[in-house]
Amino acid sequence: MAAREVARTPENKVYSKPRLLTDAVMHFCPGCSHGTIHKLIAEVIDEMGMEHEAIGISPVGCGVLAYDYIDIDWVEAAHGRAAAVGTAIKRLNPSKLVFTYQGDGDLAAIGTGETIHACNRGENITIIYINNAIYGMTGGQMAPTTLLGQRTATTPQGRDAAQHGYPFKVGDMLAQLDGVCYVTRQSVHTPASVRRAKKALRKAFENSMQQKGLSFVEFVSTCSSGWKMTPVEANRWLADQMLPVYPLGDIKG
Amino acid sequence: MKEEIIIAGFGGQGVLSMGKILAYSGVMQGQEVSWMPSYGPEMRGGTANVTVILSDERISSPIVQDYDTAIVLNQQSMDKFEPRVKPGGVLIYDPNGIVRLPERKDIRIYEISATEEAARSGNIRVFNTMILGGYLKVCPVVSFENACLGLKKSLPERMASLIPANTAALQRGMEIIRKIS
Amino acid sequence: MEEIRLMKGNEVIAEAAVRCGCDGYFGYPITPQSEILETLSAMRPWETTGMVVVQAESEVAAINMAYGGASCGKRVMVSSSSPGISLMCEGLSYLAGAELPCLVVNVSRGGPGLGTIQPSQADYFQAVKGGGHGDYHLIVLAPSSVQEMYDFVAWGFDLAFRYRNPVMILSDGVIGQMMEKVVLTAPQARWSDEQIAEMWGSWAVTGKPASRSRNIITSVELDPLRQERFNHKLTEKYRTICEREARCEMVGCEDADYVIVAYGSSARISQKVVELAAEEGVKVGLLRPITLYPFPEREIERLSHRVKGFLSVEMSMGQMIEDVKLASRCRVSVHHFGRTGGVIHTPTEVYEALKSNFLQK
Repeated sequence: MAAREVARTPENKVYSKPRLLTDAVMHFCPGCSHGTIHKLIAEVIDEMGMEHEAIGISPVGCGVLAYDYIDIDWVEAAHGRAAAVGTAIKRLNPSKLVFTYQGDGDLAAIGTGETIHACNRGENITIIYINNAIYGMTGGQMAPTTLLGQRTATTPQGRDAAQHGYPFKVGDMLAQLDGVCYVTRQSVHTPASVRRAKKALRKAFENSMQQKGLSFVEFVSTCSSGWKMTPVEANRWLADQMLPVYPLGDIKG
Repeated sequence: MKEEIIIAGFGGQGVLSMGKILAYSGVMQGQEVSWMPSYGPEMRGGTANVTVILSDERISSPIVQDYDTAIVLNQQSMDKFEPRVKPGGVLIYDPNGIVRLPERKDIRIYEISATEEAARSGNIRVFNTMILGGYLKVCPVVSFENACLGLKKSLPERMASLIPANTAALQRGMEIIRKIS
Repeated sequence: MEEIRLMKGNEVIAEAAVRCGCDGYFGYPITPQSEILETLSAMRPWETTGMVVVQAESEVAAINMAYGGASCGKRVMVSSSSPGISLMCEGLSYLAGAELPCLVVNVSRGGPGLGTIQPSQADYFQAVKGGGHGDYHLIVLAPSSVQEMYDFVAWGFDLAFRYRNPVMILSDGVIGQMMEKVVLTAPQARWSDEQIAEMWGSWAVTGKPASRSRNIITSVELDPLRQERFNHKLTEKYRTICEREARCEMVGCEDADYVIVAYGSSARISQKVVELAAEEGVKVGLLRPITLYPFPEREIERLSHRVKGFLSVEMSMGQMIEDVKLASRCRVSVHHFGRTGGVIHTPTEVYEALKSNFLQK
């Protein structure tokens, strides 16, 4: 039986690529959360009408090329320094929507100092934090967020607390700081979680524009390549292993 | 005219501000000036000194080895700078805290009991301005008028109320300095 | 609107920044440059010109704040002293790699390591030859007076934007801490957003207007061939800078037998040596590089045909001497003299060194 032709008319349209996503082919691996989170950022900026006001700061790590995919002005920062870069951009351009996009190696290891102090100063920016419990780009080494027992290139026997310390719950720590108005932990591993995450992202961006202080949106994310899993296995592992350590929901605000 | 002066004493004695008043007086007189302090931990409780140079021409080195005048306010400074006064130069000291008097015969030596005099006047904090007055009596490198202007310029606005007492101290210093040898 | 004041070198850096329309300063306390941040904090320019002043949590953060501000086409400045500049070197490499204009002030002190807090000129290599990684150069200016500290801020911003390159004012504890007379120029306004869009709209990140495609500030390149092409482009820029921007001051070099090459506070001390030598009938000249990168090679090369020798006077164990040797093609002997570790050489010491190297052999 021949496939039924569906007319490409507006009333038949159920989905389209967000206007602010470029046509560049993303370099992300199948099953990776980055692509979905990029899509949410593009949608929220467009829906807020902030295309001409948005300035993003991309990290070192898998998110480095965010500027190729979202059609706004971007600055690519040195490893871990995005919050310092964002501090100056926002202070010098108070009317702009300024956000950083950082992984857990970038933010929770080498950039801890810049992150904590930007939060503590209450900079009116949003930090988008991708926590996939591993260094993706450099080939799957242990991150500060790696789970106990998790095998990585540098913890081949699994992360051992005595030798490597404990999974770093950055959001919980930052929630203690007076300069931070909003801390939330989200994920994009189910359609429902994507919808919730989008709302959280919009709230964070609105906080930044209303000068309420720093908003911190964590995404518990998959790294199917780094975890050496299929996309389906990775989503399941995220739900079964990651979420008990990094439970979803608002932590502050 | 070129005058190279070292002012040395304990940190907190107002050595640096005395130098600044002198340097600013030079500016008001239309001279080239430089003011180069010692800085760092030695300022806190240890010795502090400042080199002030006043000149009619562009000043080359702000760092010099020997001085036309040394104003010393403690024994360490006396020990360190008495040998570094140029022959024919001037050494001024406040006897308070000095246990060994200067011995050189090839320089002019003056004593000014500014600590004692300032204490007697009830305002010990003007003792450094008093010494500056004494110096200007011996070495009139700037006019009294310009010294008063320099004083005014050196003090932050919130301390403007201190100007009359300091001006009086400048004058008193001119009266009480005395030549030893 | 010109005004004459007696000020410290560090204080005039702050005053100059506000007066030339600087948009942002990011600092961290370290002796002997803390007066820059202190003076700005007392001046409160955010209430007058709108200039932003941030005390960062580290020099690493400060230089990355500058990177952010520079990305927006704003005039931004950082300052520190030697150990802090070492921490900034990563950021300097990124600024050079992203071709961002920025002014960096180093009021240098004795090293290596924590070293001393007293004046030193031992950061010449770091400033001129790199410091950070990769094929890059800073434009390096060496003030030798408080007035030059003031003048070089506006000049530095001008060069930084003309070449889209970070500029360093390499000063030291003498120039930073000493007070001299300074003529302050009339204040210039900060650039408006419209001016920035007009002048730097081709690269500055300002929020993408409908009229242009997005701007991206980055120093990353995944393709080595494209990176190589970029390195060639940078080098072409440095060549232009070397051709056009080298500056030096020469005192008594016309008929000198020996020429002292010295910058910053060492040049001031060496000027006195020229006077001391003249009193004894020894013909000594002074060549003072005002730009250290680009280095005034042509003048030294020209002198090297005629003079009997060069003495490189620096408060270090001898760093600039290498550039003096290269520039003079080693035609005549080149010696170094300098106290270091925070010790300042006196004119007499320098003169004695000159005599023992050249006259008593």
